[in-house]
Amino acid sequence: MTITSPDPKTATPLVPAAPVVPEAPLEEGQAVTFTIDGIETSVPKGTLVIRAAERLGIQIPRFCDHPLLAPAGACRQCLVEVWAPGRDGNLAKMPKPQASCTLEATPGMQVKTQHTSAEADKAQHGVIELLLINHPLDCPVCDKGGECPLQNQAMSNGRATSRFVDVKRTFPKPISVSTQILLDRERCVLCQRCTRFSEEIAGDAWIDLQKRGAQQQIGTFDTDVLGFAGETPVGASTLDTSGKPFSSYFSGNTVQICPVGALTSAAYRFRSRPFDLVSTPGIAEHDSNGSAIRVDHRRGVVLRRLAGDDPVVNQEWVTDKDRFAFRWQSAPDRITTPLVRTRNADGTRGELQPASWVEAFDAAAAGLREAMASGGVGVLPGGRLTLEDAYAYGKFARVALGTNDVDGRARPHSDEEASFLAHRVAGRTLDVTFSDVTAAPAVLLVALEAEEEAGVLFLRLREQVVARRTRVLSVAPLATRGLERLSGTLLAAAPGTEAEVLDGIVEGASDLLGDAAGALAADGAVILVGERLAGVPGGFSAVLRLAERTGARLAWVPRRAGERGAVEAGLLPSLLPGGRPVTDSGARVDIAAVWGVEHVPAEAGRSTSQIVAAARDGRLGALVVGGVDPADLPDPALARDALERAFVVSLEVRASEVTERADVVLPVAPPVEKPGTFVTWEGRPRPFPQALTSHALPDHRVLHGLADALGADLGLGSLAAVHAELDQLGGWDGARAAAPAVEAGDPPAVGAGEAVLATWHQLLDDGRLQDGEPYLAGTAKVATARISAGTAAGLGLVDGGRLAVSTDAGTITLPAQVVDMPDHVVWLPTASAGSHVRDTLHADGGSVVRVAAAREDVTGTDEEARA
Amino acid sequence: MTLSNMFRPTVTEQYPSEKVPSKPRYHGRHQLNRYADGLEKCIGCELCAWACPADAIYVEGAENTPEEQRSPGERYGRVYQINYLRCIFCGLCIEACPTRALTMTNDYELAGPTRKGLIYEKQDLLAPLREGMLAAPHPMVEGTTDTDYYQGKVTGSTEAQRAWVAEHRPDDPTLPGGAGLEAASEPGETAQEMARIVAGATKQGRR
Repeated sequence: MTITSPDPKTATPLVPAAPVVPEAPLEEGQAVTFTIDGIETSVPKGTLVIRAAERLGIQIPRFCDHPLLAPAGACRQCLVEVWAPGRDGNLAKMPKPQASCTLEATPGMQVKTQHTSAEADKAQHGVIELLLINHPLDCPVCDKGGECPLQNQAMSNGRATSRFVDVKRTFPKPISVSTQILLDRERCVLCQRCTRFSEEIAGDAWIDLQKRGAQQQIGTFDTDVLGFAGETPVGASTLDTSGKPFSSYFSGNTVQICPVGALTSAAYRFRSRPFDLVSTPGIAEHDSNGSAIRVDHRRGVVLRRLAGDDPVVNQEWVTDKDRFAFRWQSAPDRITTPLVRTRNADGTRGELQPASWVEAFDAAAAGLREAMASGGVGVLPGGRLTLEDAYAYGKFARVALGTNDVDGRARPHSDEEASFLAHRVAGRTLDVTFSDVTAAPAVLLVALEAEEEAGVLFLRLREQVVARRTRVLSVAPLATRGLERLSGTLLAAAPGTEAEVLDGIVEGASDLLGDAAGALAADGAVILVGERLAGVPGGFSAVLRLAERTGARLAWVPRRAGERGAVEAGLLPSLLPGGRPVTDSGARVDIAAVWGVEHVPAEAGRSTSQIVAAARDGRLGALVVGGVDPADLPDPALARDALERAFVVSLEVRASEVTERADVVLPVAPPVEKPGTFVTWEGRPRPFPQALTSHALPDHRVLHGLADALGADLGLGSLAAVHAELDQLGGWDGARAAAPAVEAGDPPAVGAGEAVLATWHQLLDDGRLQDGEPYLAGTAKVATARISAGTAAGLGLVDGGRLAVSTDAGTITLPAQVVDMPDHVVWLPTASAGSHVRDTLHADGGSVVRVAAAREDVTGTDEEARA
Repeated sequence: MTLSNMFRPTVTEQYPSEKVPSKPRYHGRHQLNRYADGLEKCIGCELCAWACPADAIYVEGAENTPEEQRSPGERYGRVYQINYLRCIFCGLCIEACPTRALTMTNDYELAGPTRKGLIYEKQDLLAPLREGMLAAPHPMVEGTTDTDYYQGKVTGSTEAQRAWVAEHRPDDPTLPGGAGLEAASEPGETAQEMARIVAGATKQGRR
């Protein structure tokens, strides 16, 4: 298979690319005109000399300077000679060379860099020589060697030989700051990029400068500065500036911005050298932010991923999950050939046997035909697909299977959510973007924990919060450390009462809610809704009312990378591609014409839960399942039963719980082995090329082949064909689906010894896409059960005591963490080690669960105890 | 002209019946050297691979651990391959090597019937163990750093190293009373196969 790159015209009218905003011309009075190396330039007021030089293509060596961090002037490498007009108006030379990374350009200034000034050149040589005094000659073994700014600039702007004859200062070899991040102090040049990143951008104050003089080093203080508690990493780590074990989701960025090899990652340590790597741009597949990344591979093996540079989306930062979790794509349990399950003599299911594609397609088609004749087939594509693959699933269901029983939501969902998506989300791409969020005076998060569920969005929000331009409000049961770092205001809502709280945000209401209404009424305010609101009856209706009432703009921020693409591609039972309602005959005629079929099914289909239930009861004879983990579905036990009963065709990358129960398994390509387009929560298309040469087929080609075996021509055999069809299809300008109007349910009744469950996923948890990454797993937060002091007192528990949360299905026992939150609410991580809420409890946010202090002799869950 | 040449000494070499030693600086097959205590000099830095104009060298580094210390310092070469179908014997790799791990021998008999047989792995390239050396992996000489090794301050294996090897690999042939250095220095499969081919060709050439 050759490597194909996406067509530059990937943006289709269905999901158009963002328009390129031209640079605004400089306003009169805002421009500063000065010269660098004799070249006159005009820049906006406040521009640093080093930035102005970059724009002219003049390279000034630097270590501490980073465009996204505040100027520090720590390394002194960027010294230049400066002449500026004095009080008398005559040009006068500044007595000493100036650091161009902290110097703002002023009118009439004349800057001479090392290219035109011997003085600047000599100063820079001197600084490099000083920096190299204590820098070890580690280059052959250092991971940074070959792409190291210190190495490069020592060659371009340093002395060829060293005059230093003394003994170098040494430190013991690397400190493990966390299981992932290693710190070699002797290589550090004290530029403070890492400490500035962690303070300014991520907000995890962790390491800082300590000691003085030659002994100055990056290290950890042990003072009780911040006093947050409870979010400790799973693996070993050093203490951060607060004296607690260091825990951050963004620490990988410090490895990338370190200008020497002082910070390295355990996962990439000694793995390769930059000159063997082939780099391909990519898009991270872990969340709906569509972060730009760079995939580096050698001989068909991906060795590392770096943050790409995309100023409008992720700037130059990615989460550690986007950076380090990529080995799942080449895990040992990858499926490489189609598999067909044999039948035993007594008709029971046998083993999966390797088969040819033709055999597998025929076996799948035979099973699907039988099911179509006796009830129907349901399609569960999962939420991680590219736009092209999602579109193929939708077309496959409607053309080849003749059904609308297709739903991309492999998570708790509701019909109200489907109406909300059809009404407000589908077909409205780039309605609210990152730039709108960062320009907003106020941002309300509803059922969305930004740091855990949308890491890059958290960083973009924090950037504005730190600059005091944005105020963050959050409707949630408790203020997490993430919200505290956003200086956020908590509008406390016990699970199930979110709709009530949202309806309470009216002008003139008491204290916080009235205040929030005022903030949201400001021009440009934004409401960001998470996918978890689907679990709250009336939640989406209340959000729409709130947006209507305050005039704030509204965006839906799902967790998975493929969710928004699935909505645009029509992977909802009531929605056709481009936001066309199934019930609209005009929309159906439109689609039928493009697809070249007589008609598309007119009745809205079943949702994920209904498909699973119908397959369980035998009303649906077969299921076509994509990348779905039954444990993510609202009722995993029911889903497993359904998969056992129905004829299952599974399109999977790796062996999974679905392939265990499938009758035909068709292997598909992971993102790194296929080109495609992810759609971000904004509705921004993020095309990415194929990184590795591979024989694996993308889902749309497999579905094309399967449809062929069923006697239908999907016409989606190549990426170009899919794009041509998406172009032809375009957007929808007809009537939208009606807004949902669901009454808020009554808050759940909580009896003695009971509590309402609040839960969300942590960024790093037991997800299948983080398999094979022990170093990353060590930086995940330890699972704790959070309860209020009142609840804890009622149960006779202290902070750190073991709390047992149970339903009829099972029990989860975790250390309790007492935090400020409503009474009779217990928070658990959804899928972390030791806390698989849906699997163990068969419950979700808003369910009533039993809580009790765990007996000391019982540890672990019931399942573990039984085992 | 013809007549004058008849009286000059003959230049024909009776290879392979008589093997004339090459010049001492002849660029022959590579060798991966060891320090005096048996630890490998190669640190897996890949500079040889980077310097190679023919892309004949492939290296993968890995981290030394206390249980498996193969070279002084933190890093060693886990995979080391030289493809003699590509190598042009220019010697740039030798110049690039920061630890003098890679040098060239005078062995020029490198020909074979298969492509695979000319890709030399690390085991084929490693220098034979000499007197006083202990087969790696074993810990560094106590109290030394990789710089001490580089500066030649390590002159042989120590009692502590021998004790460590005796504890972890009691059957090691390089231990005192073991099978001896010969047994420990067995070359890899590719080098053995090449030796057989060369011996066969030499025998045939003598006839």
